[in-house]
Amino acid sequence: MTLLATRGLTRRYAGLVAVDGVDLAVPDGGVHAVIGPNGAGKTTLFNLLSGLVAPSAGGIRFGGADITLLPADRRARLGIARTFQNIRVFGAMTLLENVLTGLHPLLTSSVVGIVARLPRFRREEANAVVRARGALALVGLVDREGERAAALSYGDQRRLEIARAVAGSPRLLLLDEPAAGMNPAETAALGTLIRRIVASGTTVLLVEHDMRFVMDLSDSVTVLNFGRCIFAGPPALARADPAVIEAYLGAKVAARLAAG
Amino acid sequence: MLAQQLVNGVLLGATYALFALGFTLMFGVLRVINLVYGFYFTAGAFLALWLTEAGISLALALPLAAIGAGAIAVVVDGLLLTRLRRAKADELSSLMVTLGAVLALYAGMTAWLGPDIRRLPPGLVGAGALDLLGVRVTVAQVLILAASGVLVGGLLWLVRGTRLGLAIRAMAEKPDAAALMGIDTARLAALVSFVSGALAGAGGVLIGLNFNAIHPYMGEAMMLRGFVVVIVGGLGDIVGALLAGLLLGIVEVLTAGYLASGLKEAVGFAILVLVLWTRPAGLFGRAGVARA
Amino acid sequence: MPAWLEDLYWTYQNVVTALGVNGLLALSMYVVLAAGQLSLGQAAFMGLGAYSSALMTLWFGWPFWLVLPAACAAPVAFALAVGGPTLRLSGVYLAIATIGLGEVLRAVYLNVDALGGALGLSGIPEQASPLLIFSVLGVALAVLWLVGRSGAGRAMEALREDATAAQSMGIDVRRVRLVVLVASAVLAGLAGALSAHATDFIGPNDFGFEPAVTILSFALLGGIGSPFAPVLGAWVLTLLPELLRGFADLRLVLDGVVIVLAVLFLPRGLLSWRMPRRAA
Repeated sequence: MTLLATRGLTRRYAGLVAVDGVDLAVPDGGVHAVIGPNGAGKTTLFNLLSGLVAPSAGGIRFGGADITLLPADRRARLGIARTFQNIRVFGAMTLLENVLTGLHPLLTSSVVGIVARLPRFRREEANAVVRARGALALVGLVDREGERAAALSYGDQRRLEIARAVAGSPRLLLLDEPAAGMNPAETAALGTLIRRIVASGTTVLLVEHDMRFVMDLSDSVTVLNFGRCIFAGPPALARADPAVIEAYLGAKVAARLAAG
Repeated sequence: MLAQQLVNGVLLGATYALFALGFTLMFGVLRVINLVYGFYFTAGAFLALWLTEAGISLALALPLAAIGAGAIAVVVDGLLLTRLRRAKADELSSLMVTLGAVLALYAGMTAWLGPDIRRLPPGLVGAGALDLLGVRVTVAQVLILAASGVLVGGLLWLVRGTRLGLAIRAMAEKPDAAALMGIDTARLAALVSFVSGALAGAGGVLIGLNFNAIHPYMGEAMMLRGFVVVIVGGLGDIVGALLAGLLLGIVEVLTAGYLASGLKEAVGFAILVLVLWTRPAGLFGRAGVARA
Repeated sequence: MPAWLEDLYWTYQNVVTALGVNGLLALSMYVVLAAGQLSLGQAAFMGLGAYSSALMTLWFGWPFWLVLPAACAAPVAFALAVGGPTLRLSGVYLAIATIGLGEVLRAVYLNVDALGGALGLSGIPEQASPLLIFSVLGVALAVLWLVGRSGAGRAMEALREDATAAQSMGIDVRRVRLVVLVASAVLAGLAGALSAHATDFIGPNDFGFEPAVTILSFALLGGIGSPFAPVLGAWVLTLLPELLRGFADLRLVLDGVVIVLAVLFLPRGLLSWRMPRRAA
């Protein structure tokens, strides 16, 4: 079953086509990666999928419904969560409060309910705290829940961002270069974490540069170059695909390799 | 009658455009909302007042007052904005700090000089008037139009036609890259402050002459017009500010003539809200970076 | 009562009233700043509340318990009209639009004779005692405290920190900004109605540029980590000119300088303590 599909997705800026007619199909379940050389349009694609940027042309379907015109907050409510390439945690808030914002759609009380501290408000807050703690435990940060997010190390902030994104049990998680700036040990731990997230029922779509990480982890990859999709399929086949080799290593090297 | 109104409107609009130019320049180039700008307007008017009262002719007092206002701008902007520019603070910070500063400056000036309305000494310009095709234009108005034209032309030449202007536009687009190219951004910022302040000061002199009224808070009244012109024309768009200024002047004069004088400012604001609602990038839709 | 005692009581009551009213205005500024917006329309909203409530009392003779909430109608209407289009744009546009609103309204008050023109409206009966004013302030503080310690408060702070990330969490950024602007209008409108019915006179210059900037200085001096901070800032800036009698003329200069110093050197304000954002 296809969870997320795009047709002819395009985004133009004055003088530049960042994403050019991309047809993407992300099946339900598992890990799927989008790779490509720098400037290939991967982050723009993510921004299109999460709703922060509107497409110039093309459409997006999620779980069978057309979400092309939906703003980012509506998509989040439908179950699309994301992290950012340059980490965007809420620095002044505590870890627990950060993760609680990820549960925002679950809190339905009106202002009256909030001020009067009605039972529904209390119940929803309590449940949210339990779920938030669960997410923090998943990434190994639960014993620091009261600290300010800005005080965390870079790697810990990444984990916090992931906790915030998965707290609401999203159907699709978009991870934008989650391994950036990590050493091998941290990267391995990240891989384990991603597998745990998938096991709990979330499909993961990630953008990454670390080839070994992507190949080990993904069930399928899509390769972008100059905004166009040049390959979609299993990672093992991507490695040998001439178009992919050319994109990364250039035409000369590709020719030399092909010649044997 | 209508023709007369239109001419008056164009003349008024020319001064509004002139006022708005320096403001939009500062935003376009330095990404700064500089509300002290209104004070430089007042400063220029008062400098011209003191110079002409001391016997200096208007032809000399106008440029001197403009230069004086520009110099004050360099100092005050330097004190207020350098820190923020270095910290790459957002536009709201510059808005707040200049808001506080301009309040302090207006209030301080009022406390020092008193709120009374002063007038330029009589007889600075010939009292005559021209009658062209049934429309009456005073010598003062011609002078204002000519001076505005010269200043606007000069600014456009500076920005479009000189290497300095190129450096300014480079800094407007990418300050970091400009710095790496060897452009001294601090000095350039000071220069932009100077040009901006001088334009405001010149505007103050001309408006003071046009309405024959000079008082400490005169810049504040102009700021609302400045906002309208700058937003309708597109923040940072010089030609847009020009056109929007003329438009506003004409609309105000027609409103005062055919509706009610007290509604002049309301009309400006109504235009502002309308534009914000429909075309927030400005009527001419080219709002971007120091477009000339 | 001997004359000097009456004078003292009269003076004392004015300051107390000002403390309460300025506290409400500070909260009106707080709600928008806490969500990352810079609206400078509090003075304009206050003026709308003051003038509309005065007219309701003077022209229609409505009882005060009706006038007070009804005074919020005009400010809210203007907030929606101005806020609607500017929400999509960067914060700078909201700031400019709200400054402009205040100035235009001042021109209207000055030029429309039915509103008293330059002389303003006088003879407004004293219906707002210091007790009432401080009660309203107390309720406002309690409501803001309770809302702040909930998902709504977290949403506001998230929006202020990073609007893009907040939106990606499912927070409807535009709606929060609009609600916050309306709340600001309500608080300022109440402040205006209470002020008008405590001092018996209101005039066009009470609600223009200078008061708008003064209200900003309350929040910048006090801070916005909690609702108490801007109220503290308001009280300091209300009492200081009273204590330093000779500085009455330079009150505005003081406010302006406070803003400059706060933005450049004291960005977290005097009371930088940040309130917790979880329900107790």
